[in-house]
Amino acid sequence: MISRHSDLPLKGDATSRYMPWLVALMVFLSAVAVASAFAIQTVMTRWDHDVSGTLTVQVTPVPGDGGEALTEDRVRAAIDVMERTHGVTAVHALDKRQMMALLEPWLGSTDVVEDLPLPRLIDVTLDPDAHVDLAEAGERLSRTVPGASLDDHRIWLSRLIDLSRTIQWLAVGIVVLIGAVTSATVVYATRTGMAVHREVIEVLHLIGAQDDYIARQFADRAFALGFGGGLMGLALAVPVLTAIGWAARRMEGGFLPHLSLPLVGFIAIGLLPAAAALVAMVTARSTVHGTLARLP
Amino acid sequence: MRHRPSGENIIGFESVGLRYGLGSEVLQDVSFVMPAGSFHFLTGASGAGKSSLLRLMFLGLRPTRGRVVLFDKDIAQTRRYELPALRRRIGVVFQDFRLLDHLSILDNVALPLRVRGVKETEIKKHVPELLAWVGLAEHLHAKPPTLSGGQKQRVAIARAVIGRPELLLADEPTGNVDDHIAMRLMYLFEELNKLGTTIVVATHNEQLVTRFSHHPRLHIGHGIVRKVSP
Repeated sequence: MISRHSDLPLKGDATSRYMPWLVALMVFLSAVAVASAFAIQTVMTRWDHDVSGTLTVQVTPVPGDGGEALTEDRVRAAIDVMERTHGVTAVHALDKRQMMALLEPWLGSTDVVEDLPLPRLIDVTLDPDAHVDLAEAGERLSRTVPGASLDDHRIWLSRLIDLSRTIQWLAVGIVVLIGAVTSATVVYATRTGMAVHREVIEVLHLIGAQDDYIARQFADRAFALGFGGGLMGLALAVPVLTAIGWAARRMEGGFLPHLSLPLVGFIAIGLLPAAAALVAMVTARSTVHGTLARLP
Repeated sequence: MRHRPSGENIIGFESVGLRYGLGSEVLQDVSFVMPAGSFHFLTGASGAGKSSLLRLMFLGLRPTRGRVVLFDKDIAQTRRYELPALRRRIGVVFQDFRLLDHLSILDNVALPLRVRGVKETEIKKHVPELLAWVGLAEHLHAKPPTLSGGQKQRVAIARAVIGRPELLLADEPTGNVDDHIAMRLMYLFEELNKLGTTIVVATHNEQLVTRFSHHPRLHIGHGIVRKVSP
């Protein structure tokens, strides 16, 4: 397609100099947006997987003298209630050391919070095949154990999922916007090229060239420039995305989950140069057709 | 070459008028027919409208009013995508040659064949033959800016006839060459005419017309065309 015969001297045009860089920038930005969308999707899937099939029982500490012993009694009572609940496979109360370990990534040193009246947490694992009536279990728990509540993470997770979906749609919007800007640039560049080569186009037209014969030459050039620019953009995006992934992995304490791309993400990013080239080609072709339609 | 029987009309104009923008008409009520296989001069002073009339003939313009019939097709009724096929049946020698300076002579002459999708092997065979016939065998790969006016003229003619057109329109083909070359070109046109090509030569060179006075002419004056028989 790229090496087909061309009667128009398009290689020397100013377009040939700036178009590849512009497409490179567009592909770079698209790659970042696409990578973000897929990375967020991966994180959400992992969070969903991690918390599905688990519940957390929270027991409020009892203040005052002897409060610690009372709290321990309530924890044991809560464990007892949950163990007798249908579909529960394991119940495990977190000790103080585990609680501190959970808080450390957020608060740093745990010395200052050691004396605070932190609620006690109990991890509950459910049988994935069993149907558990969570409303009934929660009601029974709070009736039997004062100050105990059941958290199935759904509210927290649904908000995160909403947020991730918003970010994903935003990424799609950015890619569409980038495509539109690329198209607009190709339209401008093609019209400029047609104005520069007006006399050659007129000769071709008058000796009987079909519009598509002329349009194809602009489209081939746009494809070549778009693909070359797209590869440059990809070459810029790969090290940048690798660096972001590496930096995220280096963050301590799991504040950020491990960022990684699924295979389809790699494929989508790898196809961006071809997509940019196709957008450029189709846009150039339709622009030439539209302009030539005004000739007799 | 699908030359039609001599005597059938290849061009017909009926009450054709042409104006550019909101200006006055440069051509008024032009009516004539040209039989296939004929040879016509188109004469008139500079600016009389010869080039405009030729542009109407090679479909570079649409008339403001009236009816143009070319190869039995009413141009006003012809769809736009059908026009390239009609243009390929017409060879045009432009007054300013309109050669593409970035292409070699060979590629310039090959253009009409390339737009038709003729195979490169055919092009490489026929184009050098024709260029040799017009005396440019040594310049196949030269670019037009390196050629003299006469050589450019011959390249323009070679490009016009390479597709073996049924109708050849030449706009002031002798305007940039000396008398000797002008005569050679006219003899070339006559040879093509004998082979069946309909020829229209626009010129303001009265001497030339007088010398070839056996051909009829259309004279344009003040936008009005009248036929002058030999």
